Amino acid sequence: MSISRHIEALYREESRRVLATLIRLLGDFDLAEEALQDAFAAAVTQWPVDGLPDNPRAWLISAGRFKAIDRLRRRARFDASLEELALRFEQATEMPDLDLSVEDDRLRLIFTCCHPALSEQARVALTLREVCDLTTEEIASAFLTPTPTVAQRIVRAKAKIRDAGIPYRVPEKSELAERLDSVLQVIYLVFNEGYFPSSGDAPTRADLSSEALRLGRLLLSLLPEPEVAGLLALMLLTEARRAARTDAAGDPVLLDDQDRTLWDRVLIAEGEKLVEQALRSRRFGPYSLQAAIAAVHAEAARPEDTDWEQIVGLYDVLLRAAPSPVVALNRAVAVAMRDGPEAGLALIDGLLADGGLDGYYLARAARADLCRRAGHIEEARAGYREALALCQQGAQRAFLEKRLAALDVESAAR
Amino acid sequence: MKYLCLVYAEEASLHSLPDSPEDDECQAYADSLAESGHMLGGEPLEPVRSAVTVRVRDGKTSVTDGPFAETKEQLTGFYLVDARDLNEAIRIAENIPPARVGSIEVRPVRELQVNGEG
Repeated sequence: MSISRHIEALYREESRRVLATLIRLLGDFDLAEEALQDAFAAAVTQWPVDGLPDNPRAWLISAGRFKAIDRLRRRARFDASLEELALRFEQATEMPDLDLSVEDDRLRLIFTCCHPALSEQARVALTLREVCDLTTEEIASAFLTPTPTVAQRIVRAKAKIRDAGIPYRVPEKSELAERLDSVLQVIYLVFNEGYFPSSGDAPTRADLSSEALRLGRLLLSLLPEPEVAGLLALMLLTEARRAARTDAAGDPVLLDDQDRTLWDRVLIAEGEKLVEQALRSRRFGPYSLQAAIAAVHAEAARPEDTDWEQIVGLYDVLLRAAPSPVVALNRAVAVAMRDGPEAGLALIDGLLADGGLDGYYLARAARADLCRRAGHIEEARAGYREALALCQQGAQRAFLEKRLAALDVESAAR
Repeated sequence: MKYLCLVYAEEASLHSLPDSPEDDECQAYADSLAESGHMLGGEPLEPVRSAVTVRVRDGKTSVTDGPFAETKEQLTGFYLVDARDLNEAIRIAENIPPARVGSIEVRPVRELQVNGEG
């Protein structure tokens, strides 16, 4: 391999690690990013002459640090306070146990980018930019947001990290659970935006989901906590259905109607193993429980083989662990599968009366679907229309319209 | 870093909820922060009905009754603390007794950019 190809490969594999360590050493995101680019630029000119260094990662970190000191020196001509900073970096010779601390630095970077003091949108943008190395343009197009908006979110997030003193640290044991929640939330949000886009006409955006899976795997390797395994399992078991989730025209296909031979058995096997691991720990939470539900679905070769008793039981536990109207809605649908549509309708009507599902089109669609199965065709029709009025997403709208049209066929046949 | 922890709560119910802190508990927490070296200063405040708002416009001072903004929760006290970073400041804030009935806004203290030195 030529040296320049080697450097390219090294950039893909190592640039995030080098960046994470440079942020710790320099205490500043922007300075560290510039230093990273400088270090690779230096490698491109020096390595072909001097040959590959023994430890390229250590070389890059060290070069980045010196380049940052140079940059501060140049700027110090205009701002004297920077000279002090440059001097401090120069004297800090601390570079011990590089290989050990580098993995800690990656974890620090994740926790800092996902700190709950940042808004959810800022956490997502910053994580994709700094941890995953997506460009601002790529993030903007994935979330159908103007590039300047994303750029501004990232700039503001970095400013808040600096001004509010958000630390570059892995949280202590007492804070870990809460901080980890915030990280898992960001990863799951990225995954879901790829799997169920909130707007736009494409039914899925695979690139975002695979980025979330990569992040989940990275986090599990750095921090093998049960809920991290649970989230990764949930994403894998969901991802396994991707090929079956849409038909040839790109329209969504319900779980019951999916061709289960298209499900990815490799992803399912990996997901199931992780679920078991998480549940065995007895320290699992909502992600592990949702993954367990997905695993029960994955075990059924045909929809009628589904163990609804077990699924309702898992929803009961989930509802206690993380009560929410949406979980209660899913539980109601599972009860309808176990005990018949009327039982589910009674539960959904109770939930709708509580008001927590106002404006949520899936609640209207689920109710309409149970009405259809119970033979209340007119009520089903009204329900699908209510759902359509609340739904913005192209592929989901097309799906609801198809359901509505199918009702006419059904009522004509009666 | 220095952080100002602003204690907001609904004055009307601050002292009457089941979880409302007693003065003794607040004093004890302030003492413990002083002992651990985190406390730079802090006081509870009299209710907003005792407040005046002062403005100077075109060199003229105007004094009006009440707080600057009418909000559901009022500023009822503050802690100025020294913390290693935001995580430590959040840990200090979550243990401020009225956090159970109100909310604590944690704000980093800004250093004034004063010229003419060194």
